[in-house]
Amino acid sequence: MFTPTPFEVEAILLSLRVSVWCVVLCLPFGILAGWVLARRDFLGKHLLNGLVHLPLVVPPVAVGYVLLLLFGMRGPLGRFFHDVFGLTIAFTWKGAALASAVMAFPLMVRAIRLSIEAVDRGLEAAARTLGAGPLRVFLTVTLPLTMPGILTGAILAFARSLGEFGATITFVSNIPGETRTLPLALYTLSQTPDGEAGALRLVVISILLAMAALIASELLARRLSQRLGA
Amino acid sequence: MLEVKAKRQFGAFTLDVAFDAAASGITALFGRSGSGKTLTINALAGLAQPAEGRIAVGGVVLFDSRRGINLPPEKRRLGYVFQDGRLFPHMNVRHNLVYGMKRQADANGIEFDHIVALLGLEAFLERRPRDLSGGEKQRVAIGRALLAAPRLLLMDEPLAALDAARKAEILPYIERLRDELGLPVVYVSHAMDEIVRLADTVVLMSDGRVIAVGSVESVMSRLDLRPMTGRYEAGAVLNTTVESHDENFGLTALAFAGGRLLVPHVEAPVGGRIRVRVRARDVSIALHPPKALSILNAFPGKIIEVGEDDGPQVDLLLDVGTPLWARITRRSYHELGLGVGKSVHALIKAVAIDRHSLGRVSGWRLRQDHGGGI
Repeated sequence: MFTPTPFEVEAILLSLRVSVWCVVLCLPFGILAGWVLARRDFLGKHLLNGLVHLPLVVPPVAVGYVLLLLFGMRGPLGRFFHDVFGLTIAFTWKGAALASAVMAFPLMVRAIRLSIEAVDRGLEAAARTLGAGPLRVFLTVTLPLTMPGILTGAILAFARSLGEFGATITFVSNIPGETRTLPLALYTLSQTPDGEAGALRLVVISILLAMAALIASELLARRLSQRLGA
Repeated sequence: MLEVKAKRQFGAFTLDVAFDAAASGITALFGRSGSGKTLTINALAGLAQPAEGRIAVGGVVLFDSRRGINLPPEKRRLGYVFQDGRLFPHMNVRHNLVYGMKRQADANGIEFDHIVALLGLEAFLERRPRDLSGGEKQRVAIGRALLAAPRLLLMDEPLAALDAARKAEILPYIERLRDELGLPVVYVSHAMDEIVRLADTVVLMSDGRVIAVGSVESVMSRLDLRPMTGRYEAGAVLNTTVESHDENFGLTALAFAGGRLLVPHVEAPVGGRIRVRVRARDVSIALHPPKALSILNAFPGKIIEVGEDDGPQVDLLLDVGTPLWARITRRSYHELGLGVGKSVHALIKAVAIDRHSLGRVSGWRLRQDHGGGI
C-alpha cells in the first residue's frame, strides 16, 4: 500500500492548511470584486479589472517579490500587521496562504463575476417590488443564485493554491514545516541526490489531490444548480 | 385616485404619458407592442425613472421630479405581476409567497390562508417553481404580490405567455381580485378580449403617448382610434342586461339600448349585466328589414360616420340607439348608395358572439363559483 512518509505528511497537511486559508481569504474580496465588476459601472473599472487579473499574467516570482517588499518585516504593511496585530506574515505559513490567495484571486473573481452576470436582474427587480431593500435582495436572491459560481471559484482557488510555487518561494522561502508546501517539497527532492523516487511520489500525490478537488467541485456544483432549480 | 405624468427619452423612443384614473377597479393600459405600456408601469413601480413628471397613488406621492421625490421600489408598496412570473427559482412556492410579507411569521395566518385559497394554491405550496405549469406560476406570482399588501396591483401582460386554456384558468382569479379584495389594478395588455372582459377604464397608448382615456365602451366606439385599437379586432362594446334564456335553442337574449340581442347561451342570471363586444367584421348592412335570413339579430339605425380609405373595406359607425360598427366592402358601400345619414339595418350573426367577446360590468360576477363557462 501507499503509505506516506512523515516528510510527505507534513507537506500535505501544510498544503491543505495553506489552501483552505487561501480560499477563506479570497472569498469575501472575491465576491465583492465579482459583484462590483458585474453590476457597477464606474470610472476606472478597467483599471480595477486589470489589477485583479494582473497575477495571471505577471511572473509569479514578481508577485512574490512585491509581497516581500510590502509584507516583509521592513515593508509598510508587514510592520503594520506586526505592530497592530502581532502578526508576522513573511517567512511563515500565513505568508504562503497570502501569496497563493493573491495568485488564485483572479480565477475566483472570474468565476463569481460570470455567475453574478448570469443572475436574472428581473428577479432582483421583482424582489424590490416586494419590499426588499438592496442588501436583502443581494443576500436572499443574488447570493443564493450565485452559489454555483462561488463554489466553482472557491475550488479553482483551492486547486490553484495547491500548485502555487513561484510567489510562495520568493515571499516566504522554503522552510520545512512552515512554508514547505507540496510543490516546494517536490522541488527540494528534485534538487537532492537520490530524490527521484520521492519526487515521483509527490507528483502522484499532487495529481490525486487536485483531481479530487476538481471532481468534488463538479459534483457539488451540479447538485447545487439542481437545488436552485436551474 | 391614480395620477400619472411621466416623460423620458429612451434613444429614439419618447415616453410622454399623462393620465388620471380612479383608484378602484381595473384600469387597462392598452396598445400595441412598443407603445410604452410596460415602461409606464415600470415608472409606476419605480423600476424605471422618468426624467420629469409626477406619480401619485391614493394621495401618496411616489415620484415628483420638481420636489425631488423618488421612492425606491421597495418603499412604494405596489404589487407587480410580471409577464414572465419571475418566481424565485431557489425557493419553493411557500417561500416565494411569504417573501414580501411584512412579518413572515404570519405565513400560517388568516391572510396567507385566504390568498392561498383564493388562488387555489394549496396543492403545490411545497413545490419548486420549475415543477409548476405556466398558469400555476402566474397564480403564485399573483399571490406573492398580494401578500406584500400592496396599495395597487400592476400586471404586465400576465397572460401573454400562456395558451388559451391557461388564460381561461387565470382570468377568473383576476376577476376575484377585484370583486373579493377590492384591490385596484393597472393591467397592461394588447389583447382585446382581456380588455373587454376585465377593464373598467381603458388608457389607450400609442408611440409612447396616451391617445384616449375612458370607459371601454366609449374608447372602443371611436372611429378615429381605429388604427390604434387594431383593424382585425375593431368593434363596438355594448352594455347589456340578461333578459331571458331560451333553453330549447340554447340562446340568451340580452337587452341593450338598440333592442334585443340573441347570443349563444351565457352562464349568467336574468338581470345580470354583461358587456358584449361586437366586432365590426361581424356586422352586415341591409337597406330593408331582412326576411328569410338565418341572421337573428337585425337593428334599424342610421349611419353617422364613414371611415373610408383606399383599401377594399369601409368602416361605418352606426347609431342603433347605441354606437355600433360595421365593416363592409367598398363595393357594397357604393352599390347600396350608402353615406352619412342613410337609414339602414345592422345585421349581427349570433354565433359570432363567443366567450371572448363577453365581459362583465363592474360589481357583478360573470362566472359563478361553481364554474360552468359562458
